[in-house]
Amino acid sequence: MGTIYLDHISATPLHPEVRRAMMDYLNNGFGNPVSQHRIGDAALEALEEARAAVARLINAKPEEVVFTSGGTESINHAIKGVAFAKAKRGKHIITSNIEHNAVLKSLRMLERVGYRVTSIPVDKFGLVDPDHVKNAITHETILVSIMHANNEIGTIEPIAEIGRITRERNIPFHCDAVASAGVVPVDVKQMEVDLLSIAANQFYGPSGVGALYIRPKTEIWALLDGGMQENSHRAGTHNMLGIVGMGKAAELAREEMDQRVEHVLRLKKAFIDGLGLIDEIIVNGHPTQSLPNLASISVRYVEGEGMMLLLDEEGICVSTRSACASGSLRASHVLLSIGRDYATAQGTLLFSFGITNTLEEVERGLEALKKVVATLRNISPLYRKQKEG
Amino acid sequence: MYSEIVMEHFKNPRNVGRIEDADGIGEVGNPVCGDMMTITLKVKDDRIEDIKFETFGCGAAIAVSSMVTEMAKGKTLEEALKITNKSVAEKLEGLPKNKLHCSNLGADALHQAIMNYYERRGRRPTLRKRRREKVEPLEKPEGHCYCPYCDVELTEEAPTCTLCGKPTTHRHE
Repeated sequence: MGTIYLDHISATPLHPEVRRAMMDYLNNGFGNPVSQHRIGDAALEALEEARAAVARLINAKPEEVVFTSGGTESINHAIKGVAFAKAKRGKHIITSNIEHNAVLKSLRMLERVGYRVTSIPVDKFGLVDPDHVKNAITHETILVSIMHANNEIGTIEPIAEIGRITRERNIPFHCDAVASAGVVPVDVKQMEVDLLSIAANQFYGPSGVGALYIRPKTEIWALLDGGMQENSHRAGTHNMLGIVGMGKAAELAREEMDQRVEHVLRLKKAFIDGLGLIDEIIVNGHPTQSLPNLASISVRYVEGEGMMLLLDEEGICVSTRSACASGSLRASHVLLSIGRDYATAQGTLLFSFGITNTLEEVERGLEALKKVVATLRNISPLYRKQKEG
Repeated sequence: MYSEIVMEHFKNPRNVGRIEDADGIGEVGNPVCGDMMTITLKVKDDRIEDIKFETFGCGAAIAVSSMVTEMAKGKTLEEALKITNKSVAEKLEGLPKNKLHCSNLGADALHQAIMNYYERRGRRPTLRKRRREKVEPLEKPEGHCYCPYCDVELTEEAPTCTLCGKPTTHRHE
């Protein structure tokens, strides 16, 4: 009975070919791509090869891709960089109620220095209505930031429709595609975004490396000032090992995307079908317009951290969105936004599947879940009250 | 992140359940804030003969409930009233900082069950002790009040959160 990893939304294992590419680079390359000698040129070649692969993954041009330290940096850069660059034009930003904390807290920081933020509510599936975005736009709006796929409930937002609205009005549009890029098709042209954040550890690349797509002529400041790297968008010596890994991972993700989607979707369906064995479980997110690799469930009358810890005892690794497991004790803003009450939000678990998972592993995950839920409901005063009516 | 003893109590909780013809019932917390604990007692000759708990909450909350019932079982009511939130946390060899509020629930539920027993008997405990222990500040009580349940800084000094009514803690920057 080995470990079963069903937490690919937190991080994916390195693809063997990514590991090989990184080991090769580790053994043979060390130069700084900025150096104008043969060792530097070799590094530059590896850097640009990786950049081209990442660009192809999102249908961008290589020169539109800036490497960063991951999704959080990309998001901070996009939001604060545009806000600062356009401060003289206006100070109004539009976002949604279910964004990742990297977006929320970047905006909170901007609010402290005088920006105004309008946050769009979502429906019970977590969908943003593009008309709401349109209606929120004022002549002072300088940025719209809406995520592609939500990392807690999996819902995929109508980004292209929002992109059409912002493009018409010439307002920069940032899309946090960290949970979706490399998992499902992401096309910056079709989505009409100006900025898009992605991270390698969502598609079998290493942690600590990501990228920000910046459409040409977008007004944006750098977050990190210093050298001329990345077209002066991002100073600092490149994390070459991570970038090489991300490039390889992007190449593989693009080539294998169809098979991967088919595989994880089969696992997700088997999982959700199997949930019928347990009473009082809610599946969160949109039934079809959602990430193929993520199943977000709320188990009523029990708390998520306890389930997660007991599942770990059974060898099953999952995530929880229970407040108790996070630093703060506040229920997830995403789950509250889609109408879950506090207690139900507390019982939320994320099962996320990957290319190495099997149907047998999903079955074992379900069995373990059933056992764990029964154990904790046996202790739960809420469950007893519910049974007694 | 949890000590071995917390995990042990969480995985094998003692005294789980509910005594149907209980002599005293204590119920604290509420699901809105994340956890809820019910303790039921059976008392004989002023001694806790049997005690059971039910808890909706995280690993720490369940371990605290288990520990507090184990500590109270067999004790006289007066001895049991001396069990404090702090002593429960200490017995568990500490809790992560953001989980200290869980230990507050344990002794509170126990004390409430004992007081409920006294009320039913129309008696008062001879021991003069506040039922509700002052919440141990996480740090020195300078800085400002913070509600760990709602994750908000309170604008003024307050023993309980203005939003959810639960005990606040102090923290400094």
